Amino acid sequence: MQTFTGHIPYSKKVLGFFAVMVALIATVAILGIIVGMIGDFIIEGGPNITGAFLTEFPRNSNTEGGIFPALIGTTFLVMIMTIMGVPIGTATAIYLSEFAKQDSVFARSVRFAVNTLAGVPSIVFGLFGVGFFVQFLGKGLDNATGSSSFGDGSLLWASATLAVLTLPVVIVSVEEALRAVPRELREASLALGATRWQTIVRVVLPNAVSGILTGSILAVGRGAGEVATILFVGVTYSAEQLPGSITDKFMHLGYHLYVLATQSPDVDKTLPLQYATTLVLLALTFTLNFSAIFVRSRLRRN
Amino acid sequence: MAKELQAKIHASAFSVFYRDKQALHSVTLDIPERKVTAFIGPSGCGKSTFLRSINRMNDLVEGVRNEGRMIVDGTDVYDKSVDVVTLRRRIGMVFQKSIPFPKSIYENITYGMTLTERKTKAELDEIVESSLKRSALWEEVKDRLKNSALGLSGGQQQRLCIARAIAVNPDILLMDEPCSALDPISTGKVEELISELKDTYTIVLVTHNMQQAARVSDLTGFFLMGKLIEFDKTRTIFTSPAQKETEDYITGRFG
Repeated sequence: MQTFTGHIPYSKKVLGFFAVMVALIATVAILGIIVGMIGDFIIEGGPNITGAFLTEFPRNSNTEGGIFPALIGTTFLVMIMTIMGVPIGTATAIYLSEFAKQDSVFARSVRFAVNTLAGVPSIVFGLFGVGFFVQFLGKGLDNATGSSSFGDGSLLWASATLAVLTLPVVIVSVEEALRAVPRELREASLALGATRWQTIVRVVLPNAVSGILTGSILAVGRGAGEVATILFVGVTYSAEQLPGSITDKFMHLGYHLYVLATQSPDVDKTLPLQYATTLVLLALTFTLNFSAIFVRSRLRRN
Repeated sequence: MAKELQAKIHASAFSVFYRDKQALHSVTLDIPERKVTAFIGPSGCGKSTFLRSINRMNDLVEGVRNEGRMIVDGTDVYDKSVDVVTLRRRIGMVFQKSIPFPKSIYENITYGMTLTERKTKAELDEIVESSLKRSALWEEVKDRLKNSALGLSGGQQQRLCIARAIAVNPDILLMDEPCSALDPISTGKVEELISELKDTYTIVLVTHNMQQAARVSDLTGFFLMGKLIEFDKTRTIFTSPAQKETEDYITGRFG
């Protein structure tokens, strides 16, 4: 007869206890760091976030005033980036998921390129932006048209550079969403005499809207916090006015923070501003990420 | 096979390969017009592959290759001149998993029609009503045509898929295990529907359920390991099959 009683050796018990403790400590430590960091920003920065802070221009070499132009600059940047990046990313995802032969050399190369792109340090994208968009495209445009507005860093080129950076995020999440559309729906559409393209437009894309939306929001969240990427392609540390056209330079929350912390004549004096700016930037990216999660879970339930 | 029946679909030495694996071995048969033809056999025997070859749904599988000829109304459907979209419009298909589009009942029915031509609201209304009536669903859904089709029961969804298929006015209906996910009552309704529809359509039915084949079909083909073992009148297959394998299968000795 079999019994289920018996003793686990003492050494194994100790080892098990030890393993659980290590895991627990690691978890608590990570939680502590996150809570401590965000808590610090809220306590130090929270009281400084006032209506004036959000709506005023910086004054006195960025040591006083608000962050209005940086907030607007970041918003414009992210919007133009989305308009540029999401359609291209979605088109690529449609190609990869719907048209490419999965094991073809070309599809594999595109996939490899996308994955590689996702791993490239953001400063490299910044340099690429200078070389390709500003120097090559911008200067080329200027020479061709005789204008002088494209051959320098601007909102346009910064957005384009960021769009390239966030492309992998869009492609991966949209492709995932397209693949999640049941094969049966595609087949039902094709069996009714729809062409491939009609099937994509009428059945596949409407069913993948949630994925396209999350992809865009994640890309925006990633792009909104990037500083290194835009360093050379149009961001400026102070602006008298808001950007009036896409070829103007612009201020940016992340870069503004860098300027406050390192480029100010009196860094200690700007500390409250730094805390407040950080909190605004964090709130912005968190909101975008959480709304992506929210949208995804809601649409998944339906 | 009886000579007086005119062949709607004629397969001749038709084989299908998935990459190196042969799924169908040189199948030759005639499917008559306006009859129900059922294919039975164990899973993986090739019956679905054969069915999906008729409207070229197998084209979607990567690495698929055919040999032989599949002739519908005198035309080889794999001929270069054949437009696969037009072909599929003439050959309706109902699948095992009845998935309506996540749209309204009305839009599900009109989906196929609106792909090629503009129709007036009145024309669409009329076709929606007649398709739903022919699929015995009209009385159950006429008051909620604008509601999502996903709110229907499993059996209703499958009948909606049949309505959706006949709305484009095909003359052949392919059914790939249309009742395998349904309860007995819904199955009964779909079977009743199949019997009614055969006056208008040539129906080819793949089923796991031998009783179903016996109940609704006029002819039955038995597939085993990619080969068509036997094809004859349903009564003959179920009462005095010519092949030992067929007899073993229908008497439940394997499968």
